[in-house]
Amino acid sequence: MNPRNAVLAIAALAVLALVALQADNYVLRLATMFGMYATLAMAWNIIGGFAGYPSFATAAFFGLGAYATGVAQTNGVPLLLAWGCAGLLAAGFAALLGSAILHLRGRYFAIASLVVADVLRELTNSWTDVTGGGMGMNLPLIGGSVVDDAYVYLAAMLILAAATFGTSLWLDRSKLGVALRCIAQNEDAAQIIGIDTRRAKTIALVLSSLFAGLAGGAYASWVTYIDPTDVYDGALSVKPILMALLGGVGTVSGPVLGALVYLGLEELLWRNLLDFHAGILGLLVVLLVLFLPGGLRQLRGRGLVGWLKGRFAR
Amino acid sequence: MTEPLLSIEHLGKRFRGLQALDDVTLELKQGEVVGLIGPNGAGKTTLINVITGVHKPSAGTIHFRGESIAGMRPDRIARRGIARTFQIVQPFPAMTVLENVAAAALFAGGETSLASARGKAAEHLHFCGLSDQADKPAASLTLAGRKRLELAKSLALNPTLLLLDEVNAGLNTAEIDHALELILSIAARGVTVLLIEHLMKVVTRAASRIVVLHHGRLIADGATREVMADEAVVEAYLGRRYAARLAGAGI
Repeated sequence: MNPRNAVLAIAALAVLALVALQADNYVLRLATMFGMYATLAMAWNIIGGFAGYPSFATAAFFGLGAYATGVAQTNGVPLLLAWGCAGLLAAGFAALLGSAILHLRGRYFAIASLVVADVLRELTNSWTDVTGGGMGMNLPLIGGSVVDDAYVYLAAMLILAAATFGTSLWLDRSKLGVALRCIAQNEDAAQIIGIDTRRAKTIALVLSSLFAGLAGGAYASWVTYIDPTDVYDGALSVKPILMALLGGVGTVSGPVLGALVYLGLEELLWRNLLDFHAGILGLLVVLLVLFLPGGLRQLRGRGLVGWLKGRFAR
Repeated sequence: MTEPLLSIEHLGKRFRGLQALDDVTLELKQGEVVGLIGPNGAGKTTLINVITGVHKPSAGTIHFRGESIAGMRPDRIARRGIARTFQIVQPFPAMTVLENVAAAALFAGGETSLASARGKAAEHLHFCGLSDQADKPAASLTLAGRKRLELAKSLALNPTLLLLDEVNAGLNTAEIDHALELILSIAARGVTVLLIEHLMKVVTRAASRIVVLHHGRLIADGATREVMADEAVVEAYLGRRYAARLAGAGI
């Protein structure tokens, strides 16, 4: 582990300790959201960053995970096993989806992945017997005090985020990681040097969906009520991309940093600009893509002022 | 007589209405350097694309070391020992030059770890004269550098058969001489080479045999000198004035 990652890990632990000491419900909720956002951003980064396939299917995997957990838990399956179902269902679905749309490239892949969540939402809406349809679904409480439960879900989300981080770290140094980077940069050339591109892309999508599905499962148990428009929300596909863009697409720690910054912005904007927060987020996307395509880490070493000077000196 | 390394029979490739390759039959023997020439649009690159699995053939068979490879996926064909360069160079732009070559060594060159692949890559870069650029991003190379990188990448696959698609196009005279030397030393290692080339100077020096494609058909196949004097080849490709000059120069 290099010094930068060590610093990040220590910072994360410090934040955790703070949260544990100050058992404020708002802070607990924020920290749990951070775990979920970081997981989703890192999960997207596996397919969208490492492999360079701009997936908009994160919401689909998240929603599948949430409903898998919902259905399992209401049928008496224990919590951890229910989350296992969430991960497995999302991953299995991604394997099938991958064989259908991973031969598409660039924007065509993006569009194909975009409609998946919509289709699943409609299916969930009409499959009333199992999912409760548009009325949504109530999940059983796990039976501790409100504060204890909050800690359980905080721990679950943070452990999930740590697992996703570990997977990204491993991927970054593995042969599969090299294959994905080659695919991202030039897929034809990747095939010609002997990379089984279809296999590598499918594994990347399955890994991505696994963590997104688990996050959906944990979310469902945490909030105890899910409905199709909530867990198949297109924003769940877009936000992780934004976070990765903020922190640095295709890097290991970038999405974590991005999730932190994004969560901070979201809280600030929600609170202070209730009627225009979505507009501000849109502007943020435009500015990011235009001026900082490599993410906030492009500022590193120069500071914001130095970076601005560099831009306007030209 | 030994079995040919690559044996192509009645190969056809049709893109909708365009017959890009038509009944092409061709054999390459182990250790040969064969020049593939022909006018633009004759089907030279298509032939390489079909051999390497980028396109599936519409008709005919391709056997490599006695095994049918027609319609096989490109990565499988690459791992069996057929490497190619692209006419329009295809680096991984954000990786360093060394990483580009190491990736090739890792996936089809038989290297088992990243570290050993990097070591092997350094050797190939040295061979291709790119050692000084090893740690630069591939996107920063000049065209000549990128062409050499393509060569280094294809060598990293440990190929038995190397298909070179205009590695000299766009290079200046000094760069061409260097590339020609590289091709000759690759051939000296025992690698069989199929060389697509417009520069007759390179073809005549490197190749012992020439095949000529015209409108997707093979119109000549034989020893360099004979093919250069062939009436159909002169008509379709070389032009009379060039043929006369070659004859005058005693080639």
